[in-house]
Amino acid sequence: MSDHHIKLPEGSIEKQTTTLNLGPTHPATHGVFQNILELDGERIISAEQTIGYIHRAFEKIAEHRPLYQITPLTDRLNYCSAPINNMGWHITCEKLLGVKIPKRVDYLRVIVMELARIADHLICNSIVGVDTGAFTGFLYVMQYRELIYEIYEEICGSRLTTNIGRIGGFERNFTPVAFEKLDKFLREYPKVLKEFENLFTRNRIFMERTIGCGPISAERALNYGFTGPNLRAAGVDYDVRVHTPYSSYEEFDFEIPVGSTGDCYDRYLVRNQEMWQSLRIIEQALRKVREFKGKEAEIFHADVPEYYLPEKKDVYTKMEALIWHFKIIMGEIDMPAGEVYQSVEGANGELGFYLISDGGRTPYRLHFRRPCFVYYQAYEEISKGAMLSDAIITLSSLNLIAGEMDA
Amino acid sequence: MALTNDTIKQRLTEKFGEQVQQFQEPYGMLTFEAPKELNLKVLQFLFDEDDLAFRFMTDLQAVHYPDNKGRELAVVYHLHSLTANVRIRFKVFTDIQTPDVFSATALFSAANWMERETYDFYGINFIGHPNLKRILNVDEMDYFPMRKEYPLEEQTRVDKDDEMFGR
Repeated sequence: MSDHHIKLPEGSIEKQTTTLNLGPTHPATHGVFQNILELDGERIISAEQTIGYIHRAFEKIAEHRPLYQITPLTDRLNYCSAPINNMGWHITCEKLLGVKIPKRVDYLRVIVMELARIADHLICNSIVGVDTGAFTGFLYVMQYRELIYEIYEEICGSRLTTNIGRIGGFERNFTPVAFEKLDKFLREYPKVLKEFENLFTRNRIFMERTIGCGPISAERALNYGFTGPNLRAAGVDYDVRVHTPYSSYEEFDFEIPVGSTGDCYDRYLVRNQEMWQSLRIIEQALRKVREFKGKEAEIFHADVPEYYLPEKKDVYTKMEALIWHFKIIMGEIDMPAGEVYQSVEGANGELGFYLISDGGRTPYRLHFRRPCFVYYQAYEEISKGAMLSDAIITLSSLNLIAGEMDA
Repeated sequence: MALTNDTIKQRLTEKFGEQVQQFQEPYGMLTFEAPKELNLKVLQFLFDEDDLAFRFMTDLQAVHYPDNKGRELAVVYHLHSLTANVRIRFKVFTDIQTPDVFSATALFSAANWMERETYDFYGINFIGHPNLKRILNVDEMDYFPMRKEYPLEEQTRVDKDDEMFGR
């Protein structure tokens, strides 16, 4: 018996472990969700997750809205890469409606989606850095995420919750300024990414903190429904862009980076490699876009007046455009009955949309397959037996977005 | 040999006969349904067979059809065979009075939260689930909000007194 033994009141049972509430508003959780940790010293015995703090009933709301009004809801799922969600939703609608998309629009979409992927991975990786104590990388790359946001701004006018594109294409063509900004980004960004890697990849402290931290085997990861970089870090080369290509991804030449141990370091490496691959894809897409000449180079939407919201200047000057505008805005367009599942490779995994239509004007049922909702349930298993500080790194390295998890 | 929808259909009919039915292919994805008592057997069969190997649960959710008397609720499984790269959709229907469906958590760890979410919104009682409680909504909630009888709040209502947002 030690001399410093605390005297407990008579009749109380001595608890050997500590209960710690991590969250819902804790600076280390990067979002509103709670972990009730049972700690033995600094080791985690069990972790119980509570989520749903920012549940906004998107699926219910979507049952009462015409298709084009659901796009802003998808923004608010994974708000770090909102354009991917928007595009995924448009592609789902187009699949249901049977709209054929011109090649140029496909390539423009690919550019936007890959930019979003870079922005998302950049945040995630630099936040892992912050949680290991390296703040510099985070502040440094934020300026370059800004370049991506400026490109979004040039294309659609907004930055974070983008509502980019329309069913059938884009709201307007990419301006020359947008292409200039893209070129600027492609010119400057590789240097920065290289420097970012120099800061972290062989950094002794970073390696010591992340190697072997929060690992998961390929088998468990698959069973838990992991997708995206987290699954690839465990060594499974599953990528929706390759397995079920959408938006002409089959025409692009890129590699799927895979890890082996599925720990935080592997996840970091996979994300970094994916950014390089995304850059490759953007360059190829840009080259393909520039090959279009004459009239073809002006195409930015499919010719489907019944679903594609017409340009505002046409609404004011052309009767037909006015009629379609009215019908679409008032939600008077019936959609074909059917059920469709479409998934895209979101920045943190397979983002799926399951849309059932009964032939009405709003979806009968819409379900979002949110990747981080599916894989966050593995957190308890991953963090069991880990140190508290490692659990924090695991949390940020899984790339959890509360908005997406709670839908 | 590539795994086609016809092969899957054939294998299922061989194993389960008439009980697996309603084969359709909306937008190319094989869709079928089975009695709810058989859901685990079908999932296990699809999981175990080496040529099928549907070992990845992509998604699980429910749908409410109030007019479908006796089979109001549908539980929909989306499965993916990663080796053959084929997706299928599998449905079981249950009536709303006794919405009991066997839980797939023993087969897919991923089903744990997905079933909790489905329970939360539709009230499907997953038998054998280790921790079936609400996940996104508050625990005190006593109804299942995604069922069709609950409308969205009317936007123009005036009876609600909300200090914070001034309605």
